[in-house]
Amino acid sequence: MTHPSTTGPAPVLALRDVSKSFGAVRALRDVSLELSPGEVHALAGENGAGKSTLIKTLAGVHRPDSGQVLLDGSPVVFHGPGDARDAGIAVIYQEPTLFPDLSIAENIFMGRRPRRSLGRIDHRATHEATLALMARLGVTLDPDRPARGLSIADQQIVEIAKALSFDARVLIMDEPTAALTGSEVARLFGVVRTLRDQGAAVLFISHRLEEIFQICHRVTTLRDGAFVASEPVDGMTEDDLVRRMVGRDLDELYPKQDVAPGEVALSVRRLTREGVFTDVSFDVRRGEIVGLAGLVGAGRTEVARAVFGIDRWDAGEVHVGGRPLTSGAPSTAMANGLALVPEDRRAQGLVMDLSIERNIGLTGLRSTVRAGLMDRGAERSRSLDWAVRLQVKYARIADAVSTLSGGNQQKVVLAKWLATRPEVLIVDEPTRGIDVGTKAEVHRLLGELAADGVAVLMISSDLPEILGMADRVLVMHEGRLTAELPRSEATEETVMAAATGRAAA
Amino acid sequence: MTVTTPDKAPVTDVPASSGTRLVDRVFKMREFAILAVLLVMIAVTQLGNSEFLTEQGIKDLLLNATILVLVATGQSLVVITRNVDLSVGSTLGISAFAAGLYLQGGGNPVVAVLLAVLMGVGFGLLNGLLVSLGQVPALVVTLGTLYIIRGVDSLWVGSRQIVASALPDGFVDFGSGGVWAVPWPALIALAVLVATAYCLKHYGSGRELYALGSNPEAARLAGIPVRRRILAAYIFCGALAGLAGALYLARFGNVDSGTGSGYELTVVSAVVVGGVVFTGGSGSVYGAALGALLLTSINSVLPALGVSSVWVLAINGVLLLLAITVDRIVALRVATALKKRNARHG
Repeated sequence: MTHPSTTGPAPVLALRDVSKSFGAVRALRDVSLELSPGEVHALAGENGAGKSTLIKTLAGVHRPDSGQVLLDGSPVVFHGPGDARDAGIAVIYQEPTLFPDLSIAENIFMGRRPRRSLGRIDHRATHEATLALMARLGVTLDPDRPARGLSIADQQIVEIAKALSFDARVLIMDEPTAALTGSEVARLFGVVRTLRDQGAAVLFISHRLEEIFQICHRVTTLRDGAFVASEPVDGMTEDDLVRRMVGRDLDELYPKQDVAPGEVALSVRRLTREGVFTDVSFDVRRGEIVGLAGLVGAGRTEVARAVFGIDRWDAGEVHVGGRPLTSGAPSTAMANGLALVPEDRRAQGLVMDLSIERNIGLTGLRSTVRAGLMDRGAERSRSLDWAVRLQVKYARIADAVSTLSGGNQQKVVLAKWLATRPEVLIVDEPTRGIDVGTKAEVHRLLGELAADGVAVLMISSDLPEILGMADRVLVMHEGRLTAELPRSEATEETVMAAATGRAAA
Repeated sequence: MTVTTPDKAPVTDVPASSGTRLVDRVFKMREFAILAVLLVMIAVTQLGNSEFLTEQGIKDLLLNATILVLVATGQSLVVITRNVDLSVGSTLGISAFAAGLYLQGGGNPVVAVLLAVLMGVGFGLLNGLLVSLGQVPALVVTLGTLYIIRGVDSLWVGSRQIVASALPDGFVDFGSGGVWAVPWPALIALAVLVATAYCLKHYGSGRELYALGSNPEAARLAGIPVRRRILAAYIFCGALAGLAGALYLARFGNVDSGTGSGYELTVVSAVVVGGVVFTGGSGSVYGAALGALLLTSINSVLPALGVSSVWVLAINGVLLLLAITVDRIVALRVATALKKRNARHG
């Protein structure tokens, strides 16, 4: 095992031979890590490699079973997240941790508000400090607005403002870009570079490998809870990094198969939902993967929800295989062969406490009923069949879905919908927060489905994914379709131009 | 590499705040709406029965509300943290009896009130420990303590009774005397209410109660001492239930083993009608107090209008459902408004 070598200045925060177990699961085994001031350090590894546990150890949420956390070279014990924060460690978690009922200003300064006499909160100072932070970040959020209803990108901004507000010496970011689009990522990286130049140490986690190469100096790789390597990013290739993460060579990330598109399977005409999206028309043919790109909040997910019938539409028509759908009726959509894999798998795609078997079985409740009663045997064999076909990694099919890693959870959601044998499959951010190995598998699967004649509509904020997988790219901007690009014309530039409203429709 | 785009001047007054103002207005309106309903109700009653708003009438109105306002104030703190305390009725009953028993033996009234408050603190501590350490849903825990405290009360009190004649005169006079139409107990409740509201708004620990009710996991990650705050909310709630017990004794002078039985439901209704959201993180003690005032006023209004008091419970129920419906509709409206704003500006 190679220990990270110290090059530049002495590390502000370090882990030395840290191990942590949860019950029988060894999440971290003798992991070491050094974060130096003025350095952006990447943490790479597949889902379940122990990255989150490592972060929570640095953040004072978990205490290591063995090994030490070193602050400025001396061992410390964080008794809670408050201790870590007081030591100047700011953490931006994957899921934003905001208080929906409180104002943005209160969210930023919770626990450390400016005080005036008698220990009372200085509301005006809080307000002004928030305005100053917003100006520094170049955004215009109202400090008094409640956090409820903020877009994920804006929530992320609040999280970053929180970290800025106490001049963090160490900034830890767990997949901060997962929900962001190009320009927002650029803005975030601007902030990160400024912090770095001011001497902060940054730990950065992302499943988008190109971002690691774009902004990080060093990368530490974990695999199955164990330390693999810590090395400078310069001179590495993406393939090198992937090999360290998965321990083997990876098949192509975008295994796109060429399929001649068949007849129109999904036809959307002039669909409008007031205040959300307007006049959206497009077709998806059998055997075709159509990418739907756009900035977060452009209305892509909302279109998908309306097409599937979760939300009503105010005007327009939707046909599946020539049959009209009714507004606001998911059961009709399902009966006509439409399937939707939602964006938020935890909240909308899965019942986390139910077993894998039951989750996959949910969409087949009608078909596995005999004489009005559930046929548990049929449900189990159907679920097993799909779990095996999608190579879901699990201990027992009766285990709760919550015990699986993110990538495998996503496979269960896919299995659940594929089990309905859909003609049209809508997938919303199918690989968000999924490690690179599983990502390639999901892509392979989507390619195979299209080859089998399924019409696939894929919503994604991951531009390389759209460009790599889609036959045609639709782009939305502020609730309208602004471009339809064939594969040959779709490039990062053309898509982003349409997504930001710079190109004529 | 600069972070800010230089040509983007810091924006101070943009339409971006329209969403906020809307939200602000709606939540301020909530308290205003209850006040309006209350005033209209009283005005209509006065028109129908000019005897209603005499000095004694107002006094009765305030006296009836006082105890509920106190307990509802404590309860709203607990509800704001996404918990509930169902044992307040039992706590009120047992502390009223304890204070009465002590006074019957010739005790000092001030000590008697302190005794009642301390008893409340004890039970609040018990509830708080069970909820914060046991990680058990507050509804179940406090349902348990509701029965336990009531059971202990029944065993201890038996068929005994405290009667007004056995209490010191000064104590009973205090329960009904006051400045013009405003009774002393009402002034105490008002003082407690204002102090609580001030602390909730102006102290970090007060805002932290809202924070942890709004998102418990985020509160933990923000380094808020979650258990300590929940414990404090329960202790405060218990203390006010105890104080309310003492005031109950002063007002009615009559306490037995059934005192305060079923009271928790009235308290929770008042809190919810007053706009404290049952899922935590939102609402104010002023709202809860207005809710309490509204519910108790209905008790006085109906007889004054010649309506059978049998209707009181049903009307309370309707108010409760109405309040929740209005909350829900308003929440949806606000969410849509904020979303539309995001779509335009985001």
